[in-house]
Amino acid sequence: MIWRRSDSAHPAAVTHLLPHRTLALLLLTLSAVALPHAVRLPVWITAGFVACALWRYLVARRGLRLPHRGLLLLATVAATGGIYLEYGTLLGLDAGVAILSAMLGLKLLELRRRRDTNVAIYLGYFLIVTQLLYVQSLPMFGYMLLLVWAMTTLLISANRPGGGAAPLEHGRLAATMLLQAMPIMLVIFLLFPRLPGPLWSMPDTDQTATSGLSEEMEPGSISELSLSDAVAFRVEFEDAPPQPRERYWRGPVLPDYDGRQWRQPEESDPALPVMEPLAGEIRYTVTLEPHNRHWLIALDMPLQMDVSARVNSEYHVTSEQRISSRLRYTATSARNYRLGAELRDDTLARYRELPDDSHPRARELARDWQQQDDAPDAVIQAVLEHFAEQPFHYTLQPPLMPDDAVDEFLFDHQRGFCEHYAGAFTVLMRAAGIPARVVTGYQGGEINPSGGYMIVRQSDAHAWSEVFIEGEGWRRVDPTAWVAPERIELGLAEALEDTTGLSALSRREAGWTRTLQLRWDALNAAWDRWVLGYGPNLQQELLQRLGLAGWRDALLAMTGAIVLLLVLIALLLFWPRTGRTADPAVRAWNRFCGKLAARGLPRQPQEGPIDYARRVAEARPELAEEVQRIAQRYVASRYQAPDRDANHQAALERAVAAFRPRAKRQKA
Amino acid sequence: MATRNVLQPHPSTPLARVFRQGEAVILGKQHQLRLAVTCLLAGGHLLIEDLPGVGKTTLAHLLSTLFGLQFQRVQFTSDLLPADITGASVFERESGTFSFHPGPVFTQLLLADEVNRATPKTQSALLEAMEERQVTVDGRTRPLPEPFFVVATQNPVSQLGTFDLPESQLDRFLMRIHLGFPDREAEHELLRGRDRRQLLAEMEPVLDLEQLQDLQRQAQDVFVSEALIDYVQALLAHTRSSGDYGTGLSPRAGLALLRAGRAWALLNGRSAVLPEDIQAVLPPVASHRLAVSVGNGDDRKAAADHLLAAVPVP
Repeated sequence: MIWRRSDSAHPAAVTHLLPHRTLALLLLTLSAVALPHAVRLPVWITAGFVACALWRYLVARRGLRLPHRGLLLLATVAATGGIYLEYGTLLGLDAGVAILSAMLGLKLLELRRRRDTNVAIYLGYFLIVTQLLYVQSLPMFGYMLLLVWAMTTLLISANRPGGGAAPLEHGRLAATMLLQAMPIMLVIFLLFPRLPGPLWSMPDTDQTATSGLSEEMEPGSISELSLSDAVAFRVEFEDAPPQPRERYWRGPVLPDYDGRQWRQPEESDPALPVMEPLAGEIRYTVTLEPHNRHWLIALDMPLQMDVSARVNSEYHVTSEQRISSRLRYTATSARNYRLGAELRDDTLARYRELPDDSHPRARELARDWQQQDDAPDAVIQAVLEHFAEQPFHYTLQPPLMPDDAVDEFLFDHQRGFCEHYAGAFTVLMRAAGIPARVVTGYQGGEINPSGGYMIVRQSDAHAWSEVFIEGEGWRRVDPTAWVAPERIELGLAEALEDTTGLSALSRREAGWTRTLQLRWDALNAAWDRWVLGYGPNLQQELLQRLGLAGWRDALLAMTGAIVLLLVLIALLLFWPRTGRTADPAVRAWNRFCGKLAARGLPRQPQEGPIDYARRVAEARPELAEEVQRIAQRYVASRYQAPDRDANHQAALERAVAAFRPRAKRQKA
Repeated sequence: MATRNVLQPHPSTPLARVFRQGEAVILGKQHQLRLAVTCLLAGGHLLIEDLPGVGKTTLAHLLSTLFGLQFQRVQFTSDLLPADITGASVFERESGTFSFHPGPVFTQLLLADEVNRATPKTQSALLEAMEERQVTVDGRTRPLPEPFFVVATQNPVSQLGTFDLPESQLDRFLMRIHLGFPDREAEHELLRGRDRRQLLAEMEPVLDLEQLQDLQRQAQDVFVSEALIDYVQALLAHTRSSGDYGTGLSPRAGLALLRAGRAWALLNGRSAVLPEDIQAVLPPVASHRLAVSVGNGDDRKAAADHLLAAVPVP
């Protein structure tokens, strides 16, 4: 249209492409889109992005010129080269996001026409989505929704002349549009076939970042972990949860010892010990946070799990793959059990091994006790009483024990965390000739009343021992329980004299912040469970409940539902129009126009009643009188001042009812 | 949009006589004459934009004659000062005091010829007088006569040394119309006939002041229904939301549409405004408020027609 203000025709219009405020909002929003990526991107890309945005703003503000295309080309080549040097490739997720961010930044310096603005906004949408490939938490999702809304607002503003004038109105419009899109989004989310396997999964982004329990233990490794209040896993129990002292979550079992570090065996005995559940079976579902290692967690002692898992001769359950995404499984455990009661003495040799000439003082002490009474029970009792009677302290900040950790701990400092106690106890047992090993895992857990599930945090990480008793099998002994019984009954914070360094959540302080945090955790758990966890299995369940078999049905249902929704929206769009013609005069008039339309004389939408009547009269002179009369009545009842006699309406309706135009005879 | 309504007022009314006599002088410009009278009845000011020699001045003169109004004409030039329009206080030697000598603005019908030739300062003096209907000189405010009607003309072609009225000031004019060349027949008649000035000089006023003011009051009383307000609002909303127009129409433009629509309805002998009335006055009322000041008249007319075609009558 010729009178439309064109923004490409005049070079001077370049800087006036958008009102300053809209442009500033656009630059700010795009920066907010790029912001979460900044933690992963090389610094120079982030810095370049910010520089481009500032430059573009100054161009608009000061009326400067946009950089020459040649310069931009050079910058593009340089950025691509830089990314190649940084990542060694231009493909893949990280490099792809880097390219996208860099190009979006450079595009800002190329905003000349409306088309450029639109391209920048579309790129922004895409960059928002890529963020999902890294972080899928609820706050991030909220942040991204906010950005999608902001981008949509800007898309509207940028495409309306004088658009910066009404950002609030455009924001409302954008929100309405997004809300209208919501049902379709839900249908696609629920019904689009989700296939297991690598088809839908992105390449694993980061294999190196591990968290949680490691698969070896040395002094300091668990106390360090205890400072984190990150969730390790959540558990829903089918029945009542076990008592605090029974909440031993079995993780990696470490039988190999080199004098300082406890490790898993490189090769484990293929013969599994016999596991004999005695009583107290308990069923629960674990949602394990990814830790990028192999171990799975289960309550002592696991009987069954519904994931593919292996159990080794240590009764340590591992998964075939690294746990790189949240894993949910149901397990059954027996609280009372007999493990390996049949084991023969000769297969237990490895559990008595100590490195030669290590811990001389500890060995001596163990030999003393052994000589007093060499029954294993008596030795265990002697050691535990030793811990209880001597001034041992349970502390997160033990002194450094650089030379011989066990001897220095037992005889010099007597201050340590659970790994010191478990390690020293196991060493003492082995020195006394009793088979023993270290078990790491988590002890405890907090019931979240808002969600009815248990949260186990990294601060609940723990280590204890298992000793082999002839005829009884492996028995769990937790020396920490003798030093600091509160640790087992009440949790870490109660057991420590000095809780500095411990995060607030681990301290389990009461109060409204605590309640709020637990609520938030419940919300996150639900998000993980129902949104992020909505995979092939849950979808299958839903489809079966809906009576749909297989993904073909699901696709059909999805298409059907979307069509239905669109039809509904279309109907809703028409609704107000029919609703607004509440005026009976308009209804009668529309009937009249319909009758004429059927005879080939439709009223133009913009045509007023008098004009229409005149046009009809010219085309069909024989109808002129009747048509003029009806038009006059319609005008009288709709546009004129309310009359003393309100009979216009009735007269109009009668006249319209009587109006029966015949088809025009064709002239021969 | 080819056929604009040319509904005739009842022949016996004074308005019918106004048109009969007017059309004898301004040949072939029925519609423009009606719009000009509408503007006068609505109490608004009129801007005529066209080439020299198509009868702008004659039209203004004709109006003053038909309605028996005092007439003053100011030729705007670049050296015209505000005081040349409003008047000034002059020291009189005999009495030793200052006395006010009213300028040409103190009249009932002021023809501001080629208003875009004057400097913005002078233009705004006129436009302020138009808006306020009073003039303030040396701290004293003097009301202008009633009625006060300004017909300004503007020559769109010779742009050298002119100061285009800014959009905000164009807004002060209720209507802007174009005269255009007469058609073949009318021109033939014109060339054959007598001098227009002479015709005007011989013409008697058709209406007196009282009758004019009565008509203006009647115009104000023409009924506007909710349905019609819906239509006007739909028109305004379309200019704001469709993206086809540089700036949307303001609420003041909406009021102007209704004011002009009422007068037009009265002219057509109606007691209520119909969508047709709005459609008839929309091009002259809205076109100068719709588009940017540069551009040619065809574009603006096209914009108004486009707007009418795009908005259905509810």
